[in-house]
Amino acid sequence: MGCAASTETGIDPARPYELHPQVALRPEPFGALAYHYGNRRLTFLRSPDLVRLVSELAAHGSVTASMAALDLDPGRRPTLLRALESLVKSDVIRPRPGASAVAAGAVHDS
Amino acid sequence: MTAERLSDELSRGLQAPICLTWELTYGCNLSCVHCLSSSGLRDPEELTSEEARRFVDELAAMQVFYVNIGGGEPTLRPDFCELVEYAVSKQVGVKFSTNGTTMTPARARRYAAMDYVDIQISLDGASPATNDPVRGSGTFDAAVRAMDRLAEAGFGSFKVSVVVTRHNADQLEQMLRLVDGFGAELRVTRLRPSGRGAASWHDLRPAPEQLAQVHRFLVDHPQVLTGDSFFHLGPLGVEPLAGLNLCGAGRVVCLVDPVGDVYACPFVMHPEFRAGSIRRPGGFAAVWRESELFTGLRRPSSGGACNACGSYGACHGGCMAAKFFTGLPLDGPDPECVLGHGERALAALAAGGHTTLPLAGNGGRGHGRPGRPVPVAFGSRTASRAR
Repeated sequence: MGCAASTETGIDPARPYELHPQVALRPEPFGALAYHYGNRRLTFLRSPDLVRLVSELAAHGSVTASMAALDLDPGRRPTLLRALESLVKSDVIRPRPGASAVAAGAVHDS
Repeated sequence: MTAERLSDELSRGLQAPICLTWELTYGCNLSCVHCLSSSGLRDPEELTSEEARRFVDELAAMQVFYVNIGGGEPTLRPDFCELVEYAVSKQVGVKFSTNGTTMTPARARRYAAMDYVDIQISLDGASPATNDPVRGSGTFDAAVRAMDRLAEAGFGSFKVSVVVTRHNADQLEQMLRLVDGFGAELRVTRLRPSGRGAASWHDLRPAPEQLAQVHRFLVDHPQVLTGDSFFHLGPLGVEPLAGLNLCGAGRVVCLVDPVGDVYACPFVMHPEFRAGSIRRPGGFAAVWRESELFTGLRRPSSGGACNACGSYGACHGGCMAAKFFTGLPLDGPDPECVLGHGERALAALAAGGHTTLPLAGNGGRGHGRPGRPVPVAFGSRTASRAR
């Protein structure tokens, strides 16, 4: 694919993602619950920052841009990326269809 | 993200339940000997269709993503299909439990056409000889016929739910093959001494060596669903079983009964565990978020007598309902504690001459059919009745 770091279920921070359209988020004291109406799976998002990030993904051209917009502590980037990776695996978020890695503004973000 | 365990976070409660059981009616055409809600006859005070729809609206507003509908036999309510379709239209998914007796080919096709609907058929043995003494004559055949009809209608994967007893504990592999044959999923749950189960529990509960067998089966077949009901077996293994492995009563789980009363879990339909009613001002949300019972259950518990045992972290003291309905203290061991503490506590209780057990079932409301004795011994129901 466009980037060597990207695998089918991995996360490429230079690309655009979005909450899966069949997933609903419910705010909870620990973060949020995500329910997937397609596979009927429940996922726990166990950090308010992760919830903000997931909710913000669709508004930006890349994960990195979303993180910058939220002013998230850069030290937390590896943890948050790992969390996003597992959310891709469980289909809670997905690469935004119709947007290529290059058009996603990798230049501005890197 | 945080070092705290998920189960600790969940123990403090959520904005809305994850797993809400809604019993639609006390009416049932069967009279299973272990029925948790002692069902039989409809209660004249059951929620009207309009009240039921308003409750669905409230669940949708609270983002309760799905409900487990049960009873009684929920499909006997004349407005059953309309209510399920209404819930689904509000993005409240439905899983409903049925004994299968009402599954006509037309009903199966109607269910197959619904989105976000999951069906769970109850079956308590791999043959009529094992199943029917518990659930009633002809119920094995009825359940299998219902599975056939769902498969013919192209429903897709459904669930078959088994309450593990000493008579079917050795048949779990066999039942898994039966269920696999339909492309369905097996769900096994724990027998609780609740409702009519209070009377049949001593005769039906698995023997201690069978509990170890059940634990091995669950470890070997992680795809088998359990509704998190076997966490009391945790100390038998090195790794915890799949699931949250905590008592979710009032924390992540609750039950709404056919008249709108809210209980801490499906196994404690007793005034002591009744948190309120959805018919009161504030509705369900107020009961869930503010009731004294539920906020109390969400406070950290000490572990009581179980603290002295090195395995408390693996079983958390077991099931509140199992203790309550066998007369054991709630902060002590589960009656089926795999380390034998429960057996000793039960023996001490019996030796002390304690015979006053909590009144079983629906706070004494009692929906069983009068004049219909409930057999307490395993064997044919006619034989039990003649005894």
